Amino acid sequence: MLEISNLHVSIDDKPILRGLDLTVRAGEVHAIMGPNGSGKSTLAHVLAGRENYQVTAGEVFFAGRNLLELSPEERAREGIFLAFQYPVEIPGVANIYLLKAAVNALRKHRGEAELDAVDFLALVKDKLQLLGMEQSLLYRAVNQGFSGGEKKRNEILQMAVLEPKLAILDETDSGLDIDALKVVATGVNSMRSGERAIILVTHYQRLLDYIVPDYVHVLANGRIARSGGPALAMELETRGYGWIEEAASQEEARRLAGGGR
Amino acid sequence: MTASTDFYNAEFARLKAILPGSHLPWLQRRRESALASFAASGFPTQRQEDWKYTGVTAIEKSRFELAMPISNGVSAKQIAAWSLPDTHRLVFLNGRYQPRWSSVGALPGGVILSSLIEMLERDPEQLDSRLGESEIAYPSGFAALNMAFMSDGAYLHLADGVAVDKPIHLLFIASEANLATHSRNLLSAGAGSRASIVEQHVAVGEGAYLTNGITDIVVGRDAEIVHHKLQQESHQAFHIAAVNADLGQKSRFTSRSFGLGGALARVDIRVGLNAERAECILDGLYMTDGRQHCDHHTRIDHAEPYGTSREFYKGVLAGASRAVFNGKVIVHADAQHSDADQSNRNLLLSDNAEVDTKPQLEIYADDVKCSHGATVGQLDPEQIFYLRSRGVDDESARALLTFAFAEEVVDRVDIPPLRAGLEKLLLGRLPERVKELL
Repeated sequence: MLEISNLHVSIDDKPILRGLDLTVRAGEVHAIMGPNGSGKSTLAHVLAGRENYQVTAGEVFFAGRNLLELSPEERAREGIFLAFQYPVEIPGVANIYLLKAAVNALRKHRGEAELDAVDFLALVKDKLQLLGMEQSLLYRAVNQGFSGGEKKRNEILQMAVLEPKLAILDETDSGLDIDALKVVATGVNSMRSGERAIILVTHYQRLLDYIVPDYVHVLANGRIARSGGPALAMELETRGYGWIEEAASQEEARRLAGGGR
Repeated sequence: MTASTDFYNAEFARLKAILPGSHLPWLQRRRESALASFAASGFPTQRQEDWKYTGVTAIEKSRFELAMPISNGVSAKQIAAWSLPDTHRLVFLNGRYQPRWSSVGALPGGVILSSLIEMLERDPEQLDSRLGESEIAYPSGFAALNMAFMSDGAYLHLADGVAVDKPIHLLFIASEANLATHSRNLLSAGAGSRASIVEQHVAVGEGAYLTNGITDIVVGRDAEIVHHKLQQESHQAFHIAAVNADLGQKSRFTSRSFGLGGALARVDIRVGLNAERAECILDGLYMTDGRQHCDHHTRIDHAEPYGTSREFYKGVLAGASRAVFNGKVIVHADAQHSDADQSNRNLLLSDNAEVDTKPQLEIYADDVKCSHGATVGQLDPEQIFYLRSRGVDDESARALLTFAFAEEVVDRVDIPPLRAGLEKLLLGRLPERVKELL
């Protein structure tokens, strides 16, 4: 479903991702872990199409299409969803407006009829219940005055309503207490299916207790330094990131000494 | 003396015998003194601080003649389109009251609602004290011209304790080019009374003309008045207006000003918190495009203790348009425990649009709470990306955010059909695609 090869990304001419390779197939859940500044969030945002991130080399294919040629809205319509680490507040736009605009933009793209108000509300109510959210939240401005937990839940609500093919969750666990984390995890787990892939970007192993990934990757120096199963996350929990970063630095030094393959 | 004052002197000489209330010597004296004041001051110039960003030479050069009463020029269909359901409606065509198009309906006892001309005929003494003194200092040449040529307007008086539940809709329609109207609305609310007023200025056709209106409002003790002003003049029109409110003890006054039309508009809103614990809310929204120019000058005088003022103005500027917001708040020495907050936020949608925003706080009391903030910016790229990441295209995202920015002011309107009408106006500025999404 997602094929990333040798991806190099700079922000303001500073290289952040430096040759990242990753393959994600439908039905899989991948966790991307790594220390602060390792490029985890950059990867998430580059996949969603954020501008001002310069892709200097490499390729990304999504469902057979060259993702890097698509605008953010086209990516969303093709089925990519990014749950933001810091969801933006949009005063004056009711949550339900955004949901409806998003759902109908996607349906239109797929050649489906737009949902009428009744069907739309029925769809949303189901998902609200799943996430333990009040219906009144629909009529408040997007994320405005929401608590940290409400914002994260709102992201998962959008994901549940939009039913993406590939969901990328950028540090969705940050700032959540354990109860909120469980609710969010329930929401995410309910979305797991054979047709859908999920990428969890997280700093901590904690989230992975509740959403168990198929694969764990550790980013260091802008590349995937190590990949493994859930056990790798446990190892990180006890040993920290230092040893991987060190190994990655040595690896890079070796590469440079060898004239860079 | 300049050519323009010659023109207005000649106009006055030509018309003074037929101006409304010409049978009242006191009124005639005031008109003449106002004309003399105008002859001395002329039109404001940009050398005056209050008019620094708004030049009116185009008005001065236009030599608009005073509009004479007519009764045709607008259709029932047009009136219906501007009407709001369940209101007491007074229609003015080129500044003159039109009983034919009006629909005043049944009013509660203790309410007088009529045209100014009718009051000048029936009970002129009521107006004596409301139309100032002979030697009044006019805030600008426009105010003096209004007094000299004052033609008609609405008169509203609420007896103590009266509540008018339906909004009072004052619909001013301009149907002919090259004319000037100088309307005057006199509104007064007795102790504990309340009413909501919608003063709307619209046009048939696209001609150039001048609206020079003044609305004077007296809000008695414990009374509550909400005044909506909708400026939807033609794209070539000049709109000069003043809203003056005098607030009594524990009274509440809300002004909502919408500047949407006109080539050049200047609105002065002055509120005097002239007794203890008076409260005012001043909301405003201006949306300009092309080469439009829209200037709001507000002035709030906290004259007595425990007054509260809240000011919330927003502007959306496109094309090569220009807007001015000047918000003066004066807390006088006696006005201890005053609480004033002012906010002006502007959204520039084009590189050629320009806004001049200036908060002006003068505080002479020591125990007060005053805050203000002004911003000028573009749409937030983070918000745009967020919407696009949800499948909304770039243009629609921008339109939606612009709509939302303006909607925040419209949303505060508490007359549902009026709010819906304003939302429709905002939506009318959005691309079709965006409307489909909502």
